Amino acid sequence: MADSKAQRKTVRLKLPIRDGDLDGLEIGTVVYLDGVVYTGREGVYKKVIEEGAALPAGLTELSNANFHCSPAAAVEADGSYTVGGVTATASFRFSKWMRAWLELSGARIIIGKGGMSVEDYRDILVPAGAIYLTTVGYGTGALLGRGIKGVKVVHWLEELGNAQAMWIFEVENFGPFLVESDLAGNSLFEQHGKLINANLEAVYAGLKAPALARYGETDDRKDELI
Amino acid sequence: MIKYQTIEDAARRIMANAAIDIPADYRQGIEDMSKWEEGDLSCFVLQTMMDNWKAATEDRRPMCADTGLPRYYVKVGNDARLADGFIGLERALRSATALATHDIPLRPNRVHPLWRSDNNNNVGINAPEIDWSFEPDVDWVDITTVHKGGLFGTDYRMLFPGDGIDGIKRFFLDTLVSFGKRGLACQPAIVGIGLGGSKDVTMVLGKQAACLRTVGDRNPDPKIAELELELKRMGNSIGMGAMGFTGNAMVADCHIEVGYTHTGGMPMSVHTFCLSSRRATVRIHADGSCEYRHDPQWFTPYMRRETVEWPTAKHSEKQSV
Repeated sequence: MADSKAQRKTVRLKLPIRDGDLDGLEIGTVVYLDGVVYTGREGVYKKVIEEGAALPAGLTELSNANFHCSPAAAVEADGSYTVGGVTATASFRFSKWMRAWLELSGARIIIGKGGMSVEDYRDILVPAGAIYLTTVGYGTGALLGRGIKGVKVVHWLEELGNAQAMWIFEVENFGPFLVESDLAGNSLFEQHGKLINANLEAVYAGLKAPALARYGETDDRKDELI
Repeated sequence: MIKYQTIEDAARRIMANAAIDIPADYRQGIEDMSKWEEGDLSCFVLQTMMDNWKAATEDRRPMCADTGLPRYYVKVGNDARLADGFIGLERALRSATALATHDIPLRPNRVHPLWRSDNNNNVGINAPEIDWSFEPDVDWVDITTVHKGGLFGTDYRMLFPGDGIDGIKRFFLDTLVSFGKRGLACQPAIVGIGLGGSKDVTMVLGKQAACLRTVGDRNPDPKIAELELELKRMGNSIGMGAMGFTGNAMVADCHIEVGYTHTGGMPMSVHTFCLSSRRATVRIHADGSCEYRHDPQWFTPYMRRETVEWPTAKHSEKQSV
């Protein structure tokens, strides 16, 4: 076995993030969060950015950490919530809304699955002083569920449904996450992707191309697909 | 005679078993992989996933909050009798899905594809899917539920006989690399491959191979079994591990299922299950007693039969009279 978890650098960050809190945070660092985190994905982005709905009052002061996810949660008859866990959804799909969202919400941490493109980091997250944290696995729903101490409020629940509503969670020791993009826009996925690409020609060596190519198909295996 | 309430209760229980408890065969597969994985970050991911399974079982929480698309595979014994018939069975499975969604809880993932409306219970038009199969000479019903993510890790391609094993290997690599980057396929996973059949069946066979066979299981055809092992080795030599980090742990196991196909074609599908491999099965006996397990035992010799005749007990009796 290679590295053990004990050897990996681990930090706890208090939310909301203030200037200076993210300085020196390196990609690959394990992060746990304390404070308030909110969920936001296509339903919320369309609502606020495309339809012009106002952000929930006080959101920007309460939290600047936007999690691309929705919970495994139930709304009980008395209006309370039972949250089993949360698992991230792939972030690249939300690229087109991120610039406007960071401006409106002041988010400094984006949490999700799979990261975003290095261009998005360079052009959108870095200028906004934001970093990207990736969940681990993926699918550490139970570990993340343990870190959720309560639901403060849920916005647009009836209109958007459980999976697309904005859930505002109080969290404690909420993680683990990995720093995927830092304040300079360095990307862990990009670094590892390059190393893997270097070996691909050897993996495919000797395998002839199929008789019928697919429309638009190229053989450049270094293409980033997001 | 199997009663409606027995089916609904059993289905609710397998929904929870699938969501919460990691199947032992897959857990062992990942434990073994974590011993030889050389990538630091990939190994960290495997260890974290094992912590997550433990937390899920201890707290009775879902392992993954993305419910995926919860659905069912039902194998009905030819001598099984259902008090409310097949319509009753389908209703029981829809009801169990809605109840389990609230009670576990599961994320209500199922929405209308165009209007995005959500019934908040994982039930809707054509949802949950129910696949049927039959088994001769038994009077039980096996119900398996699978909760598999629905966005990444699956692809289909029409190959041709001339493409041969090379074509299969290339498409296998193409799918693993493209969905493995950044870990969108949630690897290391059990990878299922469908070969042949009509196009829709190609997809069905690959999905069933990924979700309904266990780590270590081999296709009974020795040459196909050999190809399964070769593709597994190949997938683990890409240089990619969990989350698309450098490493080797990509394929927990590889399963191939085949169907007779068009003489001019060799359609192929690849499906990657995920780092939670959520599957659970119940066998409901004629007396209403239930046995729970995580091995679906879906691909029986009867399912893989090659020709017209199948020597069932009844058939043999007739012959001997």
